[in-house]
Amino acid sequence: MKLRRDVFQAIADPTRRAIVTLLAFQAMTPTSIAENFNSTRQTISKHIQILNECDLLKQEQRGREIYYQLNPDGMKEIADFIEPFRKMWDTRFNKLEEIMKKHQSNS
Amino acid sequence: MEQKTKVTAPEGAQEVWIKREFDLPLNLLFKAYTEPELVAQWMGTKVLKLESKRHGSYQFETTDPKGNAHRFNGTIHEFKPEKQIVRTFEMENTSFPIQLEYLTFEELTPTTSKLIIQIVYKSLSDRDNMLKLPFAFGINMAHDRLQKIVSRLNQE
Repeated sequence: MKLRRDVFQAIADPTRRAIVTLLAFQAMTPTSIAENFNSTRQTISKHIQILNECDLLKQEQRGREIYYQLNPDGMKEIADFIEPFRKMWDTRFNKLEEIMKKHQSNS
Repeated sequence: MEQKTKVTAPEGAQEVWIKREFDLPLNLLFKAYTEPELVAQWMGTKVLKLESKRHGSYQFETTDPKGNAHRFNGTIHEFKPEKQIVRTFEMENTSFPIQLEYLTFEELTPTTSKLIIQIVYKSLSDRDNMLKLPFAFGINMAHDRLQKIVSRLNQE
């Protein structure tokens, strides 16, 4: 079963954001994407896989090679600009809850 | 996953509402906002000053990943324990106008509570700019990375 991941979790990672930015200019093969990074080919493949699972990418078979490009439909969700603002507060409040629970059990 | 924090930006109004329910008694939620060492912990900020009282003021300092310090400050206009805090918020050395924040604390059950923050901005476009900030930050990070990649490619 294909796991539907959170788009914002996907682009929270700097490497994945860099991949998205690279693919904004052109369709690329996994090999040509990986050449832009110091990480191993496997690490980059994993990042591509996560982006793909979030429907941020589209695959196209050209001969023996698979080319990846951005999926405009998937990118629409990111364009909802309030969501990162909400996520920021959510993360902050989760931290508040966690710290105050600790504080409660200590006192 | 359930969204515990809700944000609404009513169309045409220069305000934002942030609502969150906490798995904490009201007194602990309120304490998280008034004790400097607790604020420092959950906000991940240095608390330079926090006078939790009417006409008191506060100043926080955060350091970004590049090591630059950013300061925030404000004045507390209303302070009703375990009920409400009304305060201003200013980002120092930026062009963002000062905003007004109404924080309302409510008890739901003896072990749960709710916080409602209404932020009022100087104008509609100021509100939209503030909302876009975390989004724009994410995009800039991607650009920084791309620039590094491109400059590395150029060196090869």
